[in-house]
Amino acid sequence: MKAHLTRRYMFSASHRLHCEGLSEDENRAIYGKCNNPYGHGHNYALEVTVSGQVDSQTGMICNLVDLDAAVRCEIIDRFDHENLNVRQEFEAAVPTTENLSEVIFNILKQSFTAAHLEKVRLEETMMNSFEYAGGVESQP
Amino acid sequence: MVYLTRKCEFSASHYYHNPEFTAEENQRMFGKCANLNGHGHNYTLEVTVKGDVDPRTGFVVDLKELKEILNREVIEVLDHRHLNKEVPEFLAQIPTTENLAIAIWVRLQNKLKVAKLHRVRVYELPDLFVDFYGEA
Repeated sequence: MKAHLTRRYMFSASHRLHCEGLSEDENRAIYGKCNNPYGHGHNYALEVTVSGQVDSQTGMICNLVDLDAAVRCEIIDRFDHENLNVRQEFEAAVPTTENLSEVIFNILKQSFTAAHLEKVRLEETMMNSFEYAGGVESQP
Repeated sequence: MVYLTRKCEFSASHYYHNPEFTAEENQRMFGKCANLNGHGHNYTLEVTVKGDVDPRTGFVVDLKELKEILNREVIEVLDHRHLNKEVPEFLAQIPTTENLAIAIWVRLQNKLKVAKLHRVRVYELPDLFVDFYGEA
């Protein structure tokens, strides 16, 4: 039987939405207060969904300890209490939550192989969240 | 096609133990969940059904009927129970959240008359849940 497991994590980071290729006025018009020069921060909630066959010996898709360790080591330790704009992951991309979702998905896809990575869902605030499933549709 | 989700809660105790493993293997695999005295959770269950909206009623499913099925087939069986000792599915299977989602699906799948079961989601904790879509 194939099942999906989702685990939720928190981290806090700052960012400024600003595109070098646009004028000051254009940046202001597109990003609004997210373009304020000194940046601002969020408490991000990250949901990681993995899938796989439920092992008949353990009753589990994968060991949660391993998933927690991979997310802590590869994502939380990397981004928590950091300024996203100065990280190498965002040298050439604006650290919107769309782009951050894609970055996180791609890192986890490489580093966690004990189950299939289905998608990541990232809440920037209580009012908005973003999902990335590697470019394929995810199930409702 | 419209999807409708109904939410309910139940509380139960369990522990994780595979009799084919040694005590050390159980401890290593299941950590504090292997404590044979057990522990408990407040589970949240979300059941999603799908179907076409009936033009006469405007419903995908009769919510009252869905609630009765959930109460009879799931809540009365699991709520305030010890999963390992009182629920038939778990007398010979570990009551992980994965297996719990599958067991709830099996209990519900043939009980709905009009709508089709789409997803069973079981939250063991606010930061941990399992989805089962009936996939082999």
